[in-house]
Amino acid sequence: MDEPQLPLLLHLADNCLVLGQRNAEWCGHAPVLEEDIALANHSLDLIGQSRLLYQYAAELMGKGETEDSLAYFRDAPAFRNFTLLELPHHGPLAPSGSSQRDFATTLVRNFLYGAWALGTWSSLAQCSDAQLAAIAAKAIKETTYHWQYAQDWVIRMGDGTDESQRRTQAALEHLMPYTQEFWMPLAHAQAALNVGVALSGAQAQSEWSSRIDAVLQQACLKRPPDGGFVPSGNHGSHSEHLTYLLGDMQSLVRAHPKAVW
Amino acid sequence: MSTTTSHEWPLWEVFVRSKQGLEHRHCGSLHASDAKHAMQMARDVYTRRQEGVSLWVVASADIHASEPHDKAALFEPASDKIFRHPSFYDIPDEVGHM
Amino acid sequence: MYTQALDLNPPLSNATVASTDTDKQAHFEETINREGKIEPRDWMPEHYRKTLVRQISQHAHSEIVGMLPEGNWISRAPSLKRKAILIAKVQDEGGHGLYLYSAAETLGTSRDQMLDALHTGKAKYSSIFNYPTLTWADVGVIGWLVDGAAIMNQIPLCRCSYGPYARAMVRICKEESFHQRQGFESLVVMMQGTPEQQAMVQDAVNRWWWKCLAMFGPPDSDSPNSAQSQRWGIKRISNDDLRQNFVDATVPQAKILGVSLPDPDLKWNEERQHHDYGAIDWDEFWATVNGDGPCNKERLATRVKAWEDGAWVRQAALAHARKQQARNLKEAA
Repeated sequence: MDEPQLPLLLHLADNCLVLGQRNAEWCGHAPVLEEDIALANHSLDLIGQSRLLYQYAAELMGKGETEDSLAYFRDAPAFRNFTLLELPHHGPLAPSGSSQRDFATTLVRNFLYGAWALGTWSSLAQCSDAQLAAIAAKAIKETTYHWQYAQDWVIRMGDGTDESQRRTQAALEHLMPYTQEFWMPLAHAQAALNVGVALSGAQAQSEWSSRIDAVLQQACLKRPPDGGFVPSGNHGSHSEHLTYLLGDMQSLVRAHPKAVW
Repeated sequence: MSTTTSHEWPLWEVFVRSKQGLEHRHCGSLHASDAKHAMQMARDVYTRRQEGVSLWVVASADIHASEPHDKAALFEPASDKIFRHPSFYDIPDEVGHM
Repeated sequence: MYTQALDLNPPLSNATVASTDTDKQAHFEETINREGKIEPRDWMPEHYRKTLVRQISQHAHSEIVGMLPEGNWISRAPSLKRKAILIAKVQDEGGHGLYLYSAAETLGTSRDQMLDALHTGKAKYSSIFNYPTLTWADVGVIGWLVDGAAIMNQIPLCRCSYGPYARAMVRICKEESFHQRQGFESLVVMMQGTPEQQAMVQDAVNRWWWKCLAMFGPPDSDSPNSAQSQRWGIKRISNDDLRQNFVDATVPQAKILGVSLPDPDLKWNEERQHHDYGAIDWDEFWATVNGDGPCNKERLATRVKAWEDGAWVRQAALAHARKQQARNLKEAA
């Protein structure tokens, strides 16, 4: 890569696009109409963030790259999102197993990611790359709202009915191990340092942990013990789910590679 | 205490002030489980294209309405519910029938 | 628009009115006659109320069910911009449904009751959404033709006699303006594109054109119930007139796009100063309205599943709210 911040930009953009794509899957299927609208808003915000990041990355890469060439013509190993974000909306099942949507899984995932995103955008708003800092500043507003929304739902579900607590606890146990990736040596660690931020340090982890714990306590949920498989989506090594997500997302564009839409 | 014993989320009326200096205007209703939730929903449903607005949400059951016509001859109570047919307080017999 | 052909109940005989209500009925009639607004606390004939509940709720159901055929292409939208536009559009449709449910609730029904009617098949939704979206071009064609047709009906409804419905329609029309333009614009881009894209658009037009004409409902001669609705300012323009307006407006748009409309009988009639058009297959229309269209079962089952699968979520929120309330009361004590 020619430009030092590129790996970071792609990681951030891929996070937003993949999670935006997942959240949009609720369109028309949410438990209540008001939530359909809220999740669609969330998805739009994420896709909007991804577009700004991809556009910046494309600018840096030159050679005719665009937001769409990056989104539609890279294969799974080139995607740098956290594996957490590409998972379908249910517990552990192989891709061919199911197309269920579990609201608890979706909101717990948004909760775990939201806490991370808030910390990350806050750090990046101070970084030495002015354009990235501006994108981060805009993202903070939206992320603050997403984080509040996700927290409130985790509390409603955790401290709601026996069933909602059971499902939310199960979602937490399924998803928590995937967050270990946030604190491992990241593929874009050097890129982050190049713009003057350290993203996965002990302080960031401790802040994230405190945010999570405060909500889990209110939600009457037990934080699962540490451990479990550590994924490495940000290094390009993904779960089986990403190729299905991309296969669907990219299918029309790849069928008409010369077309403009 | 909630006036509904149904399993339905209560109904809230939403008022939006779209800019400083104007008053809040009623723009519709939505269902939410409590006031905080209603406020979040109102933002998503009624103000998603606007910045810097002020929102009020009021439980429909808490709004009292006057008789619309100034008819001295009609001895209606001075304060009543905002809808003439407030069936969201009960489950009527004709559930599902319209 | 989404309410055409749904007014299938026989009208009540001129409603019997208790003598104590005579003043109120007179006020109602006078308001209707001077094109004023009836508001939720006003007296209204029971048939007026029932007709509105049915029409508004079925309009709302149409918006919600309509999220499915278009939502079908969100994941595969061919650019991030188009993806964002489509999500926003589908979200708007959800929002429109919500404004309409909200308006209907002022008439003495509840969201749960209305949804129950939809889920059990007692209430209908616009049959146009019982057809599949087979290609990306379908999304653009729905924006151009289906939304275009809806707008034709919605604008007069902004002057409907029932205040909350009229106000919901004003809000909807404001938001709707971008939907049709976006749909048309995406087709313009495709028609300027590859031969495959052009063929995709023409194929979509061929499949959707006749369905859109039928959307306006059966010919006026077969719609005996419209007269009362028209007098009450609920329905303002006849099915045939709306359909004719739609054809006349759309033919030049098709020319601009460079697509042909699949009707060999479509031609300008100088005498009438309107376009003549061919015969609609009303058998197919009624078969679909009555449940035998390509997607009826899937649409309804999907809505029912979303509702049923979401029950635990709704219950959790209520349970939590009640727990909080109890805690607050305890603290205050």
